[in-house]
Amino acid sequence: MWLRLRALFRRDRVARELDDEIQFHLDQQIAENIASGMNRQEARYAALRAFGNPTVLKEETQDTWGWVWLENFGQDLRYGLRMLGKPPGFTAVAILTLALGIGANTALFSIVNGVLLNPLPFPDPSSLVTVAASKPNFITGSISYPNFLDWHRINQCFSFFAVSRPSGYLLTGVGDAEELNAALITSDFFPMLGVKPVLGRSFTPEEDQIGISDVVAISTDLWQRKFGSSTDVIGKGISLDGKGYTIVGVFPGHLDLPMRYFSSVDIYAPLGEFRNPVLSNRLAGLGIHGIARLKPGVTIEQARTDMQRVTNYMAQTYPDADKGTGATIIQMKESMVGGVRSSLLLLLGAVGLVLLIACVNVANLLLARGTGRSREVAVRSALGAGTSRLVRQMLTESVLLAMLGGALGLALAAFGTRVALTELPAMLPRASEVGVDARVLWFSVLLSLCAGILFGLVPALRTARGNTYETLKEGGRGAVGSRHRTQGALVAIQMAMALVLLTGAGLVIRSLAQLWNVDPGFNPDNILTFNLALSPQMNSASPGAIRVALRNFDAAIAAVPGVEAESFYWGALPMYAEDDTSFWVAGQPQPASQSAMNGALSYTVGPDYLKVMRIPLLAGRFFTDRDDEHSKPVVVVDQVLAQKYFPNGDAVGKVIYQGSPDNAFEIIGIVGHVKQWGLDTDAQNSLRSQFYFSVRQFPDSIITLMPSNTGVVVRSSGNILGRMDSIRRASDQLNKDEVISGVVTMHQIVQSSLAPRRFAMMLLGSFAALALLLAGVGLYGVTAYAVGQRTNEMGIRMALGAQKRDVFRLVVGQGLRLALVGVAIGATATLMLVRLLSSFSQLLYGVGGSDPVTLAAVAIVLLGVAFLACYIPARRAMRVAPIVALRYE
Amino acid sequence: MGKPNDLVQGTLDLLILKTLSLGPKHGWAIAKRIQQISREVLQVQQGSLYPALHRLEHKGWIRAKWAETETGREAKFYSLTAAGRAQLGKESAYWSRLSAAINLVVETE
Repeated sequence: MWLRLRALFRRDRVARELDDEIQFHLDQQIAENIASGMNRQEARYAALRAFGNPTVLKEETQDTWGWVWLENFGQDLRYGLRMLGKPPGFTAVAILTLALGIGANTALFSIVNGVLLNPLPFPDPSSLVTVAASKPNFITGSISYPNFLDWHRINQCFSFFAVSRPSGYLLTGVGDAEELNAALITSDFFPMLGVKPVLGRSFTPEEDQIGISDVVAISTDLWQRKFGSSTDVIGKGISLDGKGYTIVGVFPGHLDLPMRYFSSVDIYAPLGEFRNPVLSNRLAGLGIHGIARLKPGVTIEQARTDMQRVTNYMAQTYPDADKGTGATIIQMKESMVGGVRSSLLLLLGAVGLVLLIACVNVANLLLARGTGRSREVAVRSALGAGTSRLVRQMLTESVLLAMLGGALGLALAAFGTRVALTELPAMLPRASEVGVDARVLWFSVLLSLCAGILFGLVPALRTARGNTYETLKEGGRGAVGSRHRTQGALVAIQMAMALVLLTGAGLVIRSLAQLWNVDPGFNPDNILTFNLALSPQMNSASPGAIRVALRNFDAAIAAVPGVEAESFYWGALPMYAEDDTSFWVAGQPQPASQSAMNGALSYTVGPDYLKVMRIPLLAGRFFTDRDDEHSKPVVVVDQVLAQKYFPNGDAVGKVIYQGSPDNAFEIIGIVGHVKQWGLDTDAQNSLRSQFYFSVRQFPDSIITLMPSNTGVVVRSSGNILGRMDSIRRASDQLNKDEVISGVVTMHQIVQSSLAPRRFAMMLLGSFAALALLLAGVGLYGVTAYAVGQRTNEMGIRMALGAQKRDVFRLVVGQGLRLALVGVAIGATATLMLVRLLSSFSQLLYGVGGSDPVTLAAVAIVLLGVAFLACYIPARRAMRVAPIVALRYE
Repeated sequence: MGKPNDLVQGTLDLLILKTLSLGPKHGWAIAKRIQQISREVLQVQQGSLYPALHRLEHKGWIRAKWAETETGREAKFYSLTAAGRAQLGKESAYWSRLSAAINLVVETE
């Protein structure tokens, strides 16, 4: 043991001791030889002959000390570093290629890491689940507040259970009036997630009860913005929607949760304070969703069984409200990322192909450089270096290259993902948690190591086994032929992989193009939508006054030059907001409970809604000014509802009951169906029937809710976002305390419904482009190298009568032949892969996996790039003067 | 540049251990002794002793010490350890058995 350590740390001293030892031996032998009569010279020779080769024996002895591998490694490393400096161009290209390949992989892995692998940033995240109410037509539906209170009380499987709902408040009295995003939550919310208040306290269970408290908590952002982060904010009063509330706590406003709106919450309030009178209605669907924490030791299956017991009990106790209502419990992480998992894994596979292509490029580069070093290798081999030693040394170089490339790639990846994710946050759940952490770092290092061995092995083996004798002869050229064949094979494989990626990208792009052409049922161009909050006094005005104010707003906006039509909306808006309701058709027996009724989406709009959205009117009429709070309640249905419930085509004139026999509505018209759930997914959704109610026919109880927050859609010509200025001015003129917020165009809404596809398309597209670039460079490199090696041959051919264009055709022909082989292999691979990858076919829309048009287009592009890649070397080959080629061997 | 091919490595170990069992020696002395005792039949390449010596030292069967020779020069003397003595016994026994067996095969027709 001690000896070994000494051999490691005091290596020079031990080596010198060995020298002394051997020198002593030789001296003794020489002395003996001289004593037996030889002269000095002979004595030395005889001694050496008897001894053997001291250098080799010294090495062998040193081998026994162990640690040889370390010393060799150090040597290889130093040598490798020196070699990298020699042709710096080569090194630069290799490192850049590797940086692109490894970097892309690292970037995607950091996304996979942050989104799929890392646990959620809450204590004991695996016991967190999402809870929703399941109704016959919708399994992730809203939980009604009375149901929540009972579920919370009766369940035995959750240690915490909380619900939340998005909302908004108009803040006045502190600087400029501002419309704030709010989350209405229950008392378990913050304790369950382990979120501690920055100041003050969270809400108490008493405050969960409906209508008793008037407390709120504010976000740290709001605290800083409006209150200068002063510590006396606790207990202060603020005015929200014209009503006074007391601030009791300050909390972080950004939480990554399955609910979308949590990205920027400014106000937290107990759900019990929600002023909608329907809150206490057990039947109401108010967009309330839940999160819960399983008790220690309770599995999700046990929780589901327990909640089954709870909902069965509820169905018995409140049959007309809760019959058929169950609870849907899903792991929270699954709920957040389950949708993107297959796409991300697919992209990981795609980017792996890019790395393979990059590795092949560097392997070819190394092979080419190998011929340049074949002399050096031959000399070293003649001096006694074993093949394995040579291979090890070259592998060390490759790994060194890979590590350098990987380091650069890591930097690129970190920078690139940061930029990409700040630009497109909506596209990915948990985007804020993506970054370079320890696991990503390890991944990068490991990947570089593997890549280095992968691309270094073949060139190292080939170069090390070069024929020593041939190479050392004057003018030996080495085994050019077989080397070229290896390079050629590798390039063909590159082309194949590039083809696979390009086809994938092409299919996804075509899918998107197809989707853009899908008719959403309305015309999304030139439509704006925003939220309106009337002046705070309106919150306590009489229903009549509110109706007048709303009408005035309609008139004012409609009068703005450039505005073609305007309408309020409440409830659902295509691809933006959902609202549903239950009904049955008059003449049918009243269903026993709400869950036995039929479900439909509910859009409550103004009379000009059809003009704004350009939805076609198919039969009857739409609302007019005359359909107001005094006239007969009317409703318009969509084509799907009409066909489903009135297959004889006689919907107009029939009556439906919404929820109870007191709410009778007459059908006055049929309009076209709009794709509420998205351009691609609408057809699969079970809830597609659509109702349109007139906003002017809202009962007084709902009218009093409208001043605090109502939606508006506007169609205008010209620059629609610019039009907002005129609209704001018109609103200000009407009443300067009104606040308009949340402006977004319908176009943006439709686009963001396609966001996951666009994300996949962008990534896949960039990977495919990268692959094409790398493959093209690879082919160029191999062809250029071959031309360089065959200058002699070209010269001879031309001297023998070949024309310049024959030479050109020769070079390009060989290059294209390689590309064609690659295309053939790639096409076969694509067809096989697409059948295997079902997750990929989810991304497709309107195009089959083996779409011939895409395949043909991609093949042509690839061959085009191949031609370009061969063109430059071919031109250079053309310009070789025969005499020059022949003169220089 | 090769290993001694007239003697298997293991037997070289045996020879060294045996030689050292008679007293500490330095490398050259060991070489001369082996040559002498075997009556010049075993022509070991002298240098190949050294890898063997260092290997045996690492295995703990011999230990080394720098000391002065009679002529006043510094040399590295090797001596047998207790473990080495035991190993010697084992290897000798094995060698006897082996050579006896080979003899039997060769003698019988």
